[in-house]
Amino acid sequence: MRRLLAFFLMLVVALPASAQPRLITDLSQSRIDISYRFAGAELLIFGAIQHPGGRAPSELPGIAVVLRGPAEPLTVRLKERVAGIWVNTEALRFESAPGFYAVATTKPVRDLLDERNAAIYEIGLAHLQLSPATAADTETTRRFQDGLVGLRAREALFVEQPYGVQVTDNVLYRARIPIPSAVPVGNYQAEIYLIQNGEVRARSTAPIIIDKSGFERGIYVFAHDHSFLYGLAAVALALLLGWLAGAVGRLRGG
Amino acid sequence: MDLYLPIAEMSVNAFVIIALGGLVGFLSGMFGVGGGFLTTPLLIFYGIPPAIAVASSATQVTGSSVSGAFSYFRRGQVDLKMGAVLVAGGMMGSVIGSFLFRWLKSLGQVDVMIGLVYVLFLGSVGALMLRESIAELRQSRAGGAPMRRIRRHHPLVAALPMRMRFPKSGIYISPLAPFLVGAGVGVLTVIMGVGGGFIMVPAMLYLLGMAAGVVVGTSLFQIVFITAVATLLHATQSQTVDIMLAVLLLLGGVVGAQFGARAAQFLPPERLRLFLALLVLAVAVRLAIGLTWTPAELFSIQVALS
Repeated sequence: MRRLLAFFLMLVVALPASAQPRLITDLSQSRIDISYRFAGAELLIFGAIQHPGGRAPSELPGIAVVLRGPAEPLTVRLKERVAGIWVNTEALRFESAPGFYAVATTKPVRDLLDERNAAIYEIGLAHLQLSPATAADTETTRRFQDGLVGLRAREALFVEQPYGVQVTDNVLYRARIPIPSAVPVGNYQAEIYLIQNGEVRARSTAPIIIDKSGFERGIYVFAHDHSFLYGLAAVALALLLGWLAGAVGRLRGG
Repeated sequence: MDLYLPIAEMSVNAFVIIALGGLVGFLSGMFGVGGGFLTTPLLIFYGIPPAIAVASSATQVTGSSVSGAFSYFRRGQVDLKMGAVLVAGGMMGSVIGSFLFRWLKSLGQVDVMIGLVYVLFLGSVGALMLRESIAELRQSRAGGAPMRRIRRHHPLVAALPMRMRFPKSGIYISPLAPFLVGAGVGVLTVIMGVGGGFIMVPAMLYLLGMAAGVVVGTSLFQIVFITAVATLLHATQSQTVDIMLAVLLLLGGVVGAQFGARAAQFLPPERLRLFLALLVLAVAVRLAIGLTWTPAELFSIQVALS
């Protein structure tokens, strides 16, 4: 870590100056393997800001780090009491909701960016563009969107960390993003934004793959690609275990 | 020890799941029931998605019933002819059940329906069992011989056409009746993840009027087949069978069942039936509370089916 930081510092000093600031980014790992012991992970996203002229400004730069999982269509349902029982009644469909979304910033999003820019870059849980597909009034859509975000936030799948980005010497930045065990698999993207005076001045991205590995992946692929054989295997395994237990029980019982 | 379930896509504490399987196995060994009606709700309380709990619990019931079915078969207490009719009915029922399951899933009502069906069936079966075992206890206290049933089978069953002899069960009835019973249980197996013994045994005794000696063996015979079919249907239609989850449950279950069977020898059968009735009712009440109390999360998310 320390050596990496030193390397970055060298890089920042050595690179030729340009008018626009640039962001250099790296990840603690570009692939997260989900194995049988997987109980969550932590991803370290870090890098350096290359300021024009090579001089770091005296004020703290604004940084937003976003980690976004694969988007998919989904339906959000609302339970209501019908005849004493809680039943799903209203439903709203969203065309593209990320399965995972984490944002870490140097200070709260509203102090970094205005509403318009936050919405353009989808920075902050309140600014996700989920593309509602069901016709409903704004108030209802808002309510369902808040419901979705709240639910995912409590499952640790949506994370917002104001002050989650640490900046050293106004040049180096780093953020730790917690990954829960229920994280969906797929291609992820880390997006890092340099924000000054409410505007995005520089942006960099880095891809991450989160996937099951080894035995877990084998089972998952088997279950989806050869579902009939998988079912047969499950039945055979259950029969074998049950029969074995019976045989052992008879032996012990005499 | 945390273990990641590849199909449920979440990590669980393996010891908790094994202990859960052990508890269910103990009770099922003690009462001679498959225990699916306990596994599914307990898995859902633990946080496993209901669809995966139902499918994996069906797989577990296959394993926990097979050795019982074998030992009844060896003792000649399985009516194969009756079993074949029940299995045929059960296959039809489980296919119907899987379509019903799919339809409910598309409506977003599958969780509520699983809960409702559970409360309905466990509530009524539990109440019936409780009434009967209390009557039995009273009678044995009074010292009288247990009341004999005069009626062989239900008049509705006797009215069905195409009668057939089932020598081992000692009855002469239309195969339509056991076919329909099998179909009904098949629907429940797919939707609830249960073997359905708690419905099948009373139906065989009081509806079909089968000889008591072959009832449990034949019911286990049908359960092994139908839960296997249910596993296959869930595996091919919705990929909700988690093999790891089923194996964990079975590991605990097979050990628990041995202890349960031993414990059962120290309790008189009418006392056992009373406890089973109370247990079934307790699960029904717990599920009913879950349906009526304000849930912690009013919103739920369903990822679009691929």
